[in-house]
Amino acid sequence: MQHTLSVIVENDFGVLSRVATLFSGRGFNIDSLSVAPTNEEGLSRMTIVTRGDDQVLEQINKQLNKLIDILKVLDFTDGSAIERELALIKVAAEDDARAEVLRVVDIFRAKIIDVTPKSYTIEATGNPLKIDGILELLRPLGLKEVVRTGAVAIGRGAKGWNG
Amino acid sequence: MKMNGARMMLECLKKEGVDTVFGYPGGTVINLYDALFDFKEIHHILPRHEQAGTHAADGYARATGKVGVVIATSGPGATNTVTGIATAYMDSIPMVIITGQVPTALIGNDAFQEVDIIGITRPCTKHSFLIRDVKDIALTMKKAFYIARSGRPGPVLVDFPKDIQIAQGEFHYPETVEIRAYKPNLSGHPRQVEKAVAMILESRRPVMYVGGGAVLSDAAEPLTALARKLSLPVTTTLMGLGSFPESDELSLGMLGMHGAYCANMAMSNSDLIIAVGARFDDRVTGKLTTFAPHAKIIHIDVDPTSIKKNVRVDLPIVGDVKDVLLKMIKQADKSKEKLPELVAALAPWHTDITAWKEKHPIGYKQSSTIIKPQFVIQKLRELSDDDAIISTDVGQHQMWTAQFFTFNKPRTLLTSGGLGTMGYGLPAAMGAQAAFPKRQVITICGDGGVQMNIQEMATLVQNGLPVKIVILNNNFLGMVRQWQELFFDKRYSSTCMELPIDYIKLADAYGAKGFLATKPGDVESVIKKGLKEKGPVIMEFMIAREEKVLPMVPAGASLNEMVLNA
Ligand SMILES: Cc1ncc(C[n+]2csc(CCOP(=O)(O)OP(=O)(O)O)c2C)c(N)n1
Ligand SMILES: [Mg+2]
Repeated sequence: MQHTLSVIVENDFGVLSRVATLFSGRGFNIDSLSVAPTNEEGLSRMTIVTRGDDQVLEQINKQLNKLIDILKVLDFTDGSAIERELALIKVAAEDDARAEVLRVVDIFRAKIIDVTPKSYTIEATGNPLKIDGILELLRPLGLKEVVRTGAVAIGRGAKGWNG
Repeated sequence: MKMNGARMMLECLKKEGVDTVFGYPGGTVINLYDALFDFKEIHHILPRHEQAGTHAADGYARATGKVGVVIATSGPGATNTVTGIATAYMDSIPMVIITGQVPTALIGNDAFQEVDIIGITRPCTKHSFLIRDVKDIALTMKKAFYIARSGRPGPVLVDFPKDIQIAQGEFHYPETVEIRAYKPNLSGHPRQVEKAVAMILESRRPVMYVGGGAVLSDAAEPLTALARKLSLPVTTTLMGLGSFPESDELSLGMLGMHGAYCANMAMSNSDLIIAVGARFDDRVTGKLTTFAPHAKIIHIDVDPTSIKKNVRVDLPIVGDVKDVLLKMIKQADKSKEKLPELVAALAPWHTDITAWKEKHPIGYKQSSTIIKPQFVIQKLRELSDDDAIISTDVGQHQMWTAQFFTFNKPRTLLTSGGLGTMGYGLPAAMGAQAAFPKRQVITICGDGGVQMNIQEMATLVQNGLPVKIVILNNNFLGMVRQWQELFFDKRYSSTCMELPIDYIKLADAYGAKGFLATKPGDVESVIKKGLKEKGPVIMEFMIAREEKVLPMVPAGASLNEMVLNA
């Protein structure tokens, strides 16, 4: 099963490689990973999308917690979080296809951010499943390049991660 | 007080109570060594190889419970420590490794003797630091020692660039340290403790399965008290040997691949396993799907990742083993009136266990013409001091030591369990002897592994460290040969050492004494002569070449599928 983990880390030297080493060394999967600083001084947040059965997930969670630089691991699996991803998509668009691309963009509330006579570049955000959806519709038209950020996630409700 | 970074590092070590360090100089630690030259509070021992220095720091740590310290220069010095670090990591040994590094301005430039030692050791250290400012030395070292010794202990590497050693600064050592993301949970939850004792009271076929965690947390006393109070049979892993007296009636000896028949049978038939600082390693469980099929499992460990990693657990208790065992004793005392009932109810179980013990005791066939290795180990136990410290190398001799020595005290067996590092025995003994100059320290080695760090004979002689080196010489890489005999049709591919070494001359070359035993009648006198010597000694025993370690659970078989005689 796919899980989204949000990991609050000290902004220390080498923390990203510690996490990467942990995943590769223990044979855990990373489907996507995103990292950036948070509003709190010295802390960054990693969103890791991973896969495994319950036992593997429990190990991943515990092993992450064991790293000295990791402050907190949030496991968002039960719909307790909102997930978003951003994708930049360059798609071939000539003749009839131009109108088709625009229709898809409209349906998915995406944006055209660059135009040439032969292509459109699209910015789409949303749940990762929505990104999968737009890509599926655009694929037959000719995808030239796709850049995805990987998911980021935040818990639902009024509370922040630490209260 | 103003001083340079090198001096500051030594002040930090002093503040941490370090009195002995092992290390090897070189370009990027020359400033540190210059500071060491007249720093009288720290005794520095120069090994002949950084790997050995690292094992020595590890042996020092295992024997004392303190943090072992090793220093190496950048590049090859640092990479030479890696096997020692991984060895310590696998067995959770507290250690601080200080490596020199090229000046900060050159890091990343492929400078002379630059390696990314932090990157290389990331998977085998508990944590690591690169010091980038002279102002950070004190806090970094405070953290390094705290992390190394607290929670589940482990090696911590500190990379110390040359320019930081030269830079001047004020030295203030922090009194306390607080790492917000690192708060090991030491105190066992009272509700879980209560449940554990209730489960034991209900059980009819309980076994305590004790690992290295019991030694690391100095829990031998409460462990013994609890087992006796509740009449619980105790088996230990290789790493747990010494945490419970093997001469006690309740002891089943070691379990696992080369464990005692009674221990493996008790595990396989148990209805409640109380795992104490053990991690269900594959050498212990055998085939996982058939492991202890009838047992509920209570797992006590300071490291949550050990729990439910390999086996299902019915009751996890996260906490320091000693703390949890002390709480369990208190809890058991609350149900005092139920204890006689429990002891009576366990009588049939003890009868079963006794029957297993009698059916297949750990044993061997004695010979009148050829020295049996097991006999040497038994004689060593008989003739050595009660508190002698034994280190082993890795191979058949290691298993014979575990099976036949009878360990009754914690921290008297130093052995590489998790990594199984050949070359560990001699330098680890050297570290223990440096910590306890007056105690008997004996290393039991094979003819293969002893050569992996034999150069440390020089360190022993130079420093007056009277380690007694026992070589069980079968002129084979015996353990591998045993597998080849059993599973590869006796195709002894590269396991015969062929060239015999004259170890007696070798001892002489280093300025030590050597004694040779070639027949059973020599064994006692050689041990007596060897142990009497004031200095380091080699005692070489020419043993039965194709003797096997038995019983044996073949890799991948169930614990109760032991090969008893092959
Ligand atoms: C550094 C290292 N290399 C290889 C091995 C694999 N290995 C395990 S036991 C063994 C044989 C050891 O031979 P020896 O030291 O003579 O001991 P014996 O088994 O004969 O008692 C080998 C090669 C190892 N454990 N460590
Ligand atoms: Mg051998």
